Amino acid sequence: MDILFAAFDVLARWDVVLALCVGSIGGVAIGAIPGVGPAVAIAILLPATFSMDPIVGLTVLLGIYGSSMFGGAIPAILINTPGTAVNALTTYDGYPMTLRGEGRRALSLAYSASFFGGVFSVVCLILLSPLLAKVAPMFGSREIFLAALLGIILVIVAHKGQMLVATALTGFGIFLATVGLEPVKYTRRFTFDQTWLASGVNLIVVVLGLFALSQALVLLTMDDEKVRISKSRGSLFQGFRELGRHPRVASISAAYGVVMGMIPGVGEFTAQFMSYTTARKLSKTPEAFGQGSSEGLIASEAANNAVPAAAMIPLLALGIPGEALTAMMLSVFYVHNVVPGPGLFLNQMDFVVALYLALLILNVLVVIFLLISTGWLVHLTKIPNRFLGMCILLLSFVGVYSIRNSAVDCAIAAVFGLIGFVLKRLNMPIVPIILGMVLGGIMEVKLRASMNRVKVPLDFIDRPIAFILFCIIVIILGTTLWRVWREWAPVDRQSPARRASHRFSQRIAGRKTRHFEVRTKQQRRKRKYDHLGS
Amino acid sequence: MSIDTELQAKTRSTGQVVFVVGALVFSVVLLSQITSQTVWIENSKSFAAQPRFWPGVALALMVMGFGLQLWWLRRRRPNAQDWVEARRWLEPLEYVLWFMGYVFAVPVIGFLPMSVIFACGLTWRLGYRGGIYQGIAASFAIATVILFKGLLGVKIPGALIYDALPGALRNFFILYL
Repeated sequence: MDILFAAFDVLARWDVVLALCVGSIGGVAIGAIPGVGPAVAIAILLPATFSMDPIVGLTVLLGIYGSSMFGGAIPAILINTPGTAVNALTTYDGYPMTLRGEGRRALSLAYSASFFGGVFSVVCLILLSPLLAKVAPMFGSREIFLAALLGIILVIVAHKGQMLVATALTGFGIFLATVGLEPVKYTRRFTFDQTWLASGVNLIVVVLGLFALSQALVLLTMDDEKVRISKSRGSLFQGFRELGRHPRVASISAAYGVVMGMIPGVGEFTAQFMSYTTARKLSKTPEAFGQGSSEGLIASEAANNAVPAAAMIPLLALGIPGEALTAMMLSVFYVHNVVPGPGLFLNQMDFVVALYLALLILNVLVVIFLLISTGWLVHLTKIPNRFLGMCILLLSFVGVYSIRNSAVDCAIAAVFGLIGFVLKRLNMPIVPIILGMVLGGIMEVKLRASMNRVKVPLDFIDRPIAFILFCIIVIILGTTLWRVWREWAPVDRQSPARRASHRFSQRIAGRKTRHFEVRTKQQRRKRKYDHLGS
Repeated sequence: MSIDTELQAKTRSTGQVVFVVGALVFSVVLLSQITSQTVWIENSKSFAAQPRFWPGVALALMVMGFGLQLWWLRRRRPNAQDWVEARRWLEPLEYVLWFMGYVFAVPVIGFLPMSVIFACGLTWRLGYRGGIYQGIAASFAIATVILFKGLLGVKIPGALIYDALPGALRNFFILYL
């Protein structure tokens, strides 16, 4: 109880309240504009938050992270274009509802499901805190190394169909983290005798280049789209009543969000996909999924909004970011000398609980704001792409230049912007580079520290948590390799039935596109730069 | 088509071979430099303390990943469409030049004037030449400067031309605009 009061004390400041309002309203607006997304906004705002108190800076960033997905549902439902990448599944059932004239019902369902998912995950986080406070100190150097390694492996495995590219890009991220002076013998690594490389490649410069500048370049080279918004009937409150009729779907989906959010490298996509498929299996009307099913909409929105709070668990408890946005937030902690990890739960529990409460308040603020402002938020979807690109380019300058007023940083960010542009054109993932950079640095430090106490290799896993993590890594690697081997079986080694099935699926592929969903697909195709896993 | 396959991100095939070959060459060149760009310590306590270890792991992953991706590609020779796509990657260079011009001009002309020039100029270049768009662009630039430099206090230095302003105004411009 004392901790709760102390946490309220941390939050009861005008600047924290302002940060909560700005973060939540800004996040919703950013989510509602297709083509911006929380990663771009957080990357731009990151340097500005360095001059703020940690709790203020983190509240702004958390606000954007937590509320952007609420806003992202608006264009997903009304114009079939996900506002943020993780609202992709929302289009499946949201847009057909809009076509039936039930857009407001769909929005209401999305808001209520998102609110439920957000609150559910914060409650889980609060209930798990005592357990985390006990478990976190059991993580020494080797456990944190293994957890970071698990994160890297999961990032790669999560990019199904693109694992080789994800592996190479993760390697590129790890490589970037090694450039410059190494911290033990102070020798130079890959600096090519250039003084500006001696201090290494700045993570925030890379993040700004890969997320903000690349997105600006993508938008600037795109055509503008004409957005038509259909008229819709209904009340924005009816979804809250309807959510009460599907408690099982909502709870299971939110639980998926919490579990997947806690696992580093997995995130919203897997949570959303698993909750959607589970909801379809459990439903009495599985055929309605994809045709405007309220259960489908609840499943996707509850799951993706449960992830942000859960994603804070590995970050706060172990100092390991699970995805790109929490990796960016990690730098706010470091700038303020707040080291996330086991020590944070022991020494600054009030700070941790204050963050949880901020997330809880945030969800309430966002829903109130959305119920009031949906009418005009819809118009944000009409901002022309290239004009938006100009705005992001200008804001990117503020982000990069304010770090240390360096033109070299801006040039490096521009180079990474071009790399990000090419990756987005090819629909290759960007997140592995960032996570490789962050987790690579953590792994290097922790492996070196842990090897001092290791005599024989088995010593490395002689503690229970280290052993469990090692077993999980082996199982994931084993199952992935087995799956890849099965799927890579060349056609001539397949059974005749499977060969025929393969040929048939190739022949009919595209017919659906040509005959049934032409308009829908055209709108989706315009957004294909958005890498779904990013 | 199932949700599984629709949600699975697929790498675009056009231009992929150009990118993968370029990235593989870049990785191999870096790997070939590992002995000159990193040191190997003879009396090191463990392999983990070797400065060469992690760059080696990273470059091995890059070479392996890009190499296998190239081997896995159905078409390993770029065709005309691949080169068209590769030329499209150079399209944003114009905007990169706009960006770098902005970067070099801010310390001379100032954050506020240069932001307004940049926003209006680029908006004009993009084809939005009406008064409304120009007005929105200028307002956006002014709002950005006031928000970030005036209110949030981000560190962007004053410009050379601000020195020509009279005393109090000069200080105000350097601090807030």
